[in-house]
Amino acid sequence: MRILSCYLPATSGTARVAGFDVFTEADEVRRRIGYMPENNPLYQDMRVREYLKFRARLKGLSWKRSRERLDTVIEQCGLGDVSRKIIGQLSKGYRQRVGLADALVHEPELIILDEPTIGLDPNQMRSVRQLIKDLSRNHTVLISTHILPEVEMTCTRVLILHAGRILAADTPDNLQKIMTSNSQVIAEIAAPRDELQTCWEEIAEIAYSDMSPAEGKFIRCALTPRDGIDVRPLIFSVVRERGWVLRELTRSRHTLEDIYVRVTRPDEEEEI
Amino acid sequence: MQAYLTLTRRELASFFVSLTGYVIIAAAVFLMGLSFVDMLVQSQGTATPVPVTQLWYSTIYFWGILLLAAPVITMRLFALEKYSGTFETLMTTPVSDLQVVLAKFTAAMIFYMSMWVPSLICSLVLRQYMTHPETFDAGLMGSTFLGIFLLGGLFMSLGCFASALTKSQIVAAMISLTIGISLFFVGLLSGSLSATAGWEAELVSHVALTDHMNDFARGLVDTRHVVFYVSVTFLFLFLTLRVVESRRWK
Repeated sequence: MRILSCYLPATSGTARVAGFDVFTEADEVRRRIGYMPENNPLYQDMRVREYLKFRARLKGLSWKRSRERLDTVIEQCGLGDVSRKIIGQLSKGYRQRVGLADALVHEPELIILDEPTIGLDPNQMRSVRQLIKDLSRNHTVLISTHILPEVEMTCTRVLILHAGRILAADTPDNLQKIMTSNSQVIAEIAAPRDELQTCWEEIAEIAYSDMSPAEGKFIRCALTPRDGIDVRPLIFSVVRERGWVLRELTRSRHTLEDIYVRVTRPDEEEEI
Repeated sequence: MQAYLTLTRRELASFFVSLTGYVIIAAAVFLMGLSFVDMLVQSQGTATPVPVTQLWYSTIYFWGILLLAAPVITMRLFALEKYSGTFETLMTTPVSDLQVVLAKFTAAMIFYMSMWVPSLICSLVLRQYMTHPETFDAGLMGSTFLGIFLLGGLFMSLGCFASALTKSQIVAAMISLTIGISLFFVGLLSGSLSATAGWEAELVSHVALTDHMNDFARGLVDTRHVVFYVSVTFLFLFLTLRVVESRRWK
């Protein structure tokens, strides 16, 4: 993030923003990005409007233009009520909005937000997320976060970085698909255990099965399919043929969290 | 240019809008008043062979305030921004490192000079009651304030440099205080060294701040001194710039 925003140089490799190198053409890049660092540092002693005006002027907006943009972003970020207040006295949620307003005051092509919802209460988180979603209609928004449900809610493309390398880059749905292709199917069936055992062994599509007793007569079977086949229809037809009772049939959905864990620590996959 | 002016305005505002600026000015005014009274009492109303400015602006009265105030004025310039993280938001806008350094230095200089305005008023009051006010003319006052201004350039740029080095305001203040007082002590040395002719005495006389200020307060503008202060100021500003740039060194 700090490299993309031209604050620090890259130790290796290069980065480009809108076609400009972040090291050699830093000025061009800075003009095109709106950056809100982690923890959103602001001048505590300034008033909201005064601060945004200062930032707009600093980013090279003309006197007239900065006034217009100021009105727009204050409206956009819901800062109308507090625009005359001192930043140090604002709640964390409002401060975050001031940071966002600052990031977009000069209408950048790219908005970079580092952990935008950290330290907010759930209501504030929602409103900030909604704001980010609204922004994404007109700008490219790059956010970094450790809160993975947030990613699922707001993002259209996910990059998983670990130790400086991109390990996965795709839409959340696609990542989901890649993961679920190998995921287990859980079936709860009321049937004799040994019959079930032989049955699973006979089905070629099932690579591995694991059974544990559930409440009542039901047995919980965790079935790992071979080669990413969806074995659910197969299981259903088997159960129907034999006249067993089927209570649950689900394919375990991977959250981004699972994906993250798998991608970043592939060695431990077997242990899980 | 727009960025430079905007930044200077903001830096000045942070001096004058917040309490800290007024506390510094109030303290300086208090000390100036105290030293003014002290000076008048000591002189006992008798005539002195030297200009009043020399009695006041080249003695401990002046130096005490200068050495104390300079680190306090400059310590927050970079250190506070680095500490609170606003340095990152500042440096990711399309402003150059040079603009930031110059804006902070300019604001510190303006604040520093406005701090000395009350002493000017004291001097004018004194002039009112002098038996020979014609000896206390604008030229004398101008040269004295030129000295104050040049010394300010040195101390403010030194403070900028110290502040850019660290995140901690206290460390910044200590660094600039130490270097500033060291320079002052070297100046004191020159008195005892001047008897012995040699390269040490030569060297010390060039960096003897107290001697320089003594000249300015007598109404003597020596171009050697002017060149010395301007170049040292540039040196410290250059060093500050290098420190600020250093985060982007590969």
